[in-house]
Amino acid sequence: MSTDTEASTAGHTGAGPAFIELDRLEKVFDVRRRKGFLRGERRQVRAVDGISFRVERGEMVGYIGPNGAGKSTTIKMLTGILTPSGGSLRVAGIDPSRERTRLAHRIGVVFGQRTTLWWDLPLRDSYRLMHRMYRVPDARFRANLDRCVELLDLGELLDVPVRQLSLGQRMRGDIAAALLHDPEVLYLDEPTIGLDVVSKAKVRQFLRDLNAERGTTVLLTTHDLTDIEQLCSRVMVIDHGRLMYDGALAGLHEVGESERTLVVDLERELPPIRLESETSVRTVKVEGPRQWLAFPASASAAPLVARIAAEYPLADLSVREPDIEAVIAKMYARERPGEPVT
Amino acid sequence: MAEAPGTVFVPRSRLVEGVRAYGLIVAMWLRSTMAYRASFLMTAVGNFAATAFDFVAIMLMFAHVDALGGYTLPEIALLYGASGTAFGLADLLMGSMDRLGRRVRDGTLDTLLVRPVPVLAQVAADRFALRRLGRITQGLLVLGYGLVAVDIDWTVVKVVVLPLMLLSGSVIFGSVFVAGGAFQFVAQDASQVQNSFTYGGNTLLQYPPTIFAKDLVRGVTFVVPLAFVNWLPALYVLGRQLPLGLPEWVAFLPPVVAAVCAAAAGLAWRTGLRAYRSTGS
Amino acid sequence: MRLYAVVAAGGFRRYATYRIETAAGVFTNTVFGFILAYTFVALWEERPRLGGYDMPEALTFVWLGQALLMTCVMMGGGFEDELIERIRTGDIAVDLYRPVDLQMWWLAQDLGRAAFHLLGRGIVPMVCGAFAFDLALPGSPWPWLAFLVSVALGVVVSFAIRYLVALSAFWLMDGAGAAQISFLAGLFFSGMLLPLTLFPGLLGEVARLLPWSTMLQVPADVFLGKHTGWGLVRVYVFQVSWAAVLLLVGRMVQGVATRRVVVQGG
Repeated sequence: MSTDTEASTAGHTGAGPAFIELDRLEKVFDVRRRKGFLRGERRQVRAVDGISFRVERGEMVGYIGPNGAGKSTTIKMLTGILTPSGGSLRVAGIDPSRERTRLAHRIGVVFGQRTTLWWDLPLRDSYRLMHRMYRVPDARFRANLDRCVELLDLGELLDVPVRQLSLGQRMRGDIAAALLHDPEVLYLDEPTIGLDVVSKAKVRQFLRDLNAERGTTVLLTTHDLTDIEQLCSRVMVIDHGRLMYDGALAGLHEVGESERTLVVDLERELPPIRLESETSVRTVKVEGPRQWLAFPASASAAPLVARIAAEYPLADLSVREPDIEAVIAKMYARERPGEPVT
Repeated sequence: MAEAPGTVFVPRSRLVEGVRAYGLIVAMWLRSTMAYRASFLMTAVGNFAATAFDFVAIMLMFAHVDALGGYTLPEIALLYGASGTAFGLADLLMGSMDRLGRRVRDGTLDTLLVRPVPVLAQVAADRFALRRLGRITQGLLVLGYGLVAVDIDWTVVKVVVLPLMLLSGSVIFGSVFVAGGAFQFVAQDASQVQNSFTYGGNTLLQYPPTIFAKDLVRGVTFVVPLAFVNWLPALYVLGRQLPLGLPEWVAFLPPVVAAVCAAAAGLAWRTGLRAYRSTGS
Repeated sequence: MRLYAVVAAGGFRRYATYRIETAAGVFTNTVFGFILAYTFVALWEERPRLGGYDMPEALTFVWLGQALLMTCVMMGGGFEDELIERIRTGDIAVDLYRPVDLQMWWLAQDLGRAAFHLLGRGIVPMVCGAFAFDLALPGSPWPWLAFLVSVALGVVVSFAIRYLVALSAFWLMDGAGAAQISFLAGLFFSGMLLPLTLFPGLLGEVARLLPWSTMLQVPADVFLGKHTGWGLVRVYVFQVSWAAVLLLVGRMVQGVATRRVVVQGG
């Protein structure tokens, strides 16, 4: 009950302690690597290497970085799964690793690849378990479920065994399951991975509404920049366990100078494509009749395609969206600061 | 299960919370099981038959001899039934602990750690398999046969010792399951080791201690105290000499030993979970 | 043929990567070996020539059982779980269109696995047993060789049975029942619980003729020198016959199942 009042009175005050607060958070793993049959080598890996940030109540933050950058390790510390090796951490005033079960009532977690739903049972049964396990008062549970069912379009699916759901349906089901106890903060690990376009749109719309209406704080990791574009006012980039960037998405594009790639299949091998007057377009790779052209993410592909089609024997082509790895690689290439830009 | 009214943040005893969560999850698995009723029936019968074969093998032995290690078939049936029932109960309630290693490996343990209920309860209830009733049924049947067929000099104390033996025995086996689970936090692929102590222990206890080497009997008395599951109390009920020259009062210790085992297993579990949360693997 | 050799090597390597699991399994086999050995000691002390074995031979039987438990998969749980899963999910349709023979492909893989299990899971328990008890180990290399041939044939029979079990999933959509029955039969009729020569009367005669006897009873008797000369040829023929019959039935069932998949359109 206390969550209700707290959530509704919370604003973007920024004064006093922040809702989520990390101060030089560290996580060091001992990794044993096998060398030969029995000999092993021990090595320390700093998965999270002194990360500090604050997230206010009601913010929607994208947490991105390449695989193995330390994203999941951070989320695992934020949810109390892992104990930090150094630094301090507070979520809603609670130390997650010390009071994991108490914190559990106040957070929702969705692991993109691992469903928490019951495979052989109707979706409804999984929700009933959440109801009991989190001791959600009946009236509130019903209200929350109704709301999720309506907004996530789950009405038809409630009585279908989970194993018969599509990936997109299951993800929506998982998100609903994480919200039935009114968490103040929702952690999403790759919520749109593998989903079709329609499901992605539904999930994003739902998260926007959730944030706007309930003031739920959302922290999500993703490989899909569109998720960030459409959802997050703020993005944090992490690599090698360090915070590389913390700020608006627009700024990230600027820092990373994001580019899209046009993959062109010509009818035969030709020297690299050169288009006069298109100075921002570069041919980055040639492999037989296939060529890769990079152009700014902000520019339209249409005129470019038209010109190539006019000047070259074109067989096929496709456009690749910039991915986070590429953006981050560019950040390094430009030798931008190792210090976070705020 | 009655829904306790109340708000979210009332602290409750971890034990009560754990048992409640265990019940909730078990109920879910029962529903799941009932989605494949035919499969359930078949595996329950199979579970019964597999354990029954064990006893058939003993009966085949007795087709050739009158006594094994100085014990008759009904006496061995009593030992067998007592161990089988205690182990069956532990297996039913905690038998899924050997799946912990797999959960650690594929990362699904994390989904349990973000829930507001004890992890041990969630792991123990994982894949609750009602088919294991087959083993308990078989154990009880053999125990019943033993009790009827052996000529026991019944006293009030013996009548009390018997149910205590079954309860304590399942707590001891349950502790072994939990300790084995805790071990898998460290060595995820070693779930087999636990089988040596659970299934292996059960097989060991089905035979009288007289046939085993002294050191082995010492080991299961003082190191991994499986002897308290059935040997010591059952030999007392049978009016037999306890092994290793142990005094008679040792036969009344199973509840104490069970409590110690449970505490030790709990400690092992906490250590294992703490190690997992600091290494994440 | 070279393809299948590669597949077999793959099967060997695949199991060889699970080092800790192998060590844990060896430990378990050894513990069970000890427990069973003591019960056999008690039994043979009462009846010294029981079932035609003397005490060292009986104990050898126990440890051979532990050594071959995984090799001949007497308690189930090998490739068939994977195959059942592929049938259940429909992935099998892809396999059927591949230019390799499904049965031979899985057989090759299973032989590779068996070779690993014989070395990885068999040797250590056997050595432990030999240290702790007086075993009847053959003095010359010939019984060892004859034994290996017999084990190989036992593995093929074991494979053929499990292949049939897996194929049952085409009709039952859940191989659990068939796997269960196969597990029980393997446990009881292989000699794992008790040598089949101790089974009384008709039960014993039938048990010794069933295919499961080729997995432990026959190889163990070959190891103990109970079959030599023409007797050895006879048990080989017995094993080969079961292998051939069961593989053939497997092929027929596979044919029917394939048509079924084609009709269903995958």
